Amino acid sequence: MGKVTIVKHKDYLAGLKASLPVFIGYFSVSFGFGALAVTKGLKALEAALISLTNVTSAGQFAGLAVIAAGGPMIDMILTQLVINSRYALMSLALGQKMGKRFGLGLRLLTAFYNTDEIFALAMAKEAPLTVPYMLGLGALPIVGWTGGTLLGALAGSLLPDSIATALGVALYGMFVAIVVPQAKRSRPILAAVALAMGLACLFRWVPFLSDVSEGLAIVIVTVLAATVCALLFPLPEEEDEVAV
Amino acid sequence: MSIYLYILVMALTTYLIRALPLTIFRGRIKNRFVRSFLAYVPCACLAAMTFPAILYATDSVVSGAIGLVAAIGLAFWGKSLVTVAACSCLAVYLTELALRFL
Repeated sequence: MGKVTIVKHKDYLAGLKASLPVFIGYFSVSFGFGALAVTKGLKALEAALISLTNVTSAGQFAGLAVIAAGGPMIDMILTQLVINSRYALMSLALGQKMGKRFGLGLRLLTAFYNTDEIFALAMAKEAPLTVPYMLGLGALPIVGWTGGTLLGALAGSLLPDSIATALGVALYGMFVAIVVPQAKRSRPILAAVALAMGLACLFRWVPFLSDVSEGLAIVIVTVLAATVCALLFPLPEEEDEVAV
Repeated sequence: MSIYLYILVMALTTYLIRALPLTIFRGRIKNRFVRSFLAYVPCACLAAMTFPAILYATDSVVSGAIGLVAAIGLAFWGKSLVTVAACSCLAVYLTELALRFL
């Protein structure tokens, strides 16, 4: 094995390892999705196919509702557009981090699994994002998401509720673990985080604002917080890597 | 309507949302404001998704809050992603167990 191959190998393994909490979290959340899909009249394999081809949580739950209601196709498209529009923002940021190392083919491939969590891990990587690392990040979460759905559909009632609920916070725990060290190091990031959480609270608790769907609210909050911080604390001119 | 048609449309819509920005903007964005904006997107987005949503992810607001506090504490202390996520789950589990006996 040449030296380059070993480095690639190590990077791929590092990606796999980093994605372990995502695998666990996805498994439990998708278990719930699978169990729910069966109660809506889907077959286990159909539920697993949705997870394998979509790899997104909120969008799938909403899509399932449209399928269960036998709604028009335009409903399906619009719900997905609204709930998943945050991915467009994430892809834009991720694309900058990818740089020239990722050609068109790799971008088309990795776009498929640019979920909230994988995006977070990719952006949190301090060294430049390499291709093997990015590929390593995707493998386990996709398996966990699809496998969890299948198992949930087949045996939804086997996992005790108390454990399912507790596992449900795994992904939030991971988000916290990504954000806190960055906020600790950088005041502007801390400001962006505080502003985003404050705005998210408004969208949850203030009448009328709380009518906005969760997916759209996340997009609005992210754009507002990032805009304010970009105006108040712009990055230094001509920096090579995006790192605040 | 066939379920497979629904799944196809759903998957295609989701994929295009992810793939278009990633493939259209392949060059390095020079504009200082846009670069700054994109630098703040990840943390702002994760923060917006986590709080206050985590409070409603469990059976009670109390257990969600304790899970959050546990995660913040451990992350501040420099613990790894796996440790933080696992301990956050454990904190929620133990809290809900305790709440049942109160």
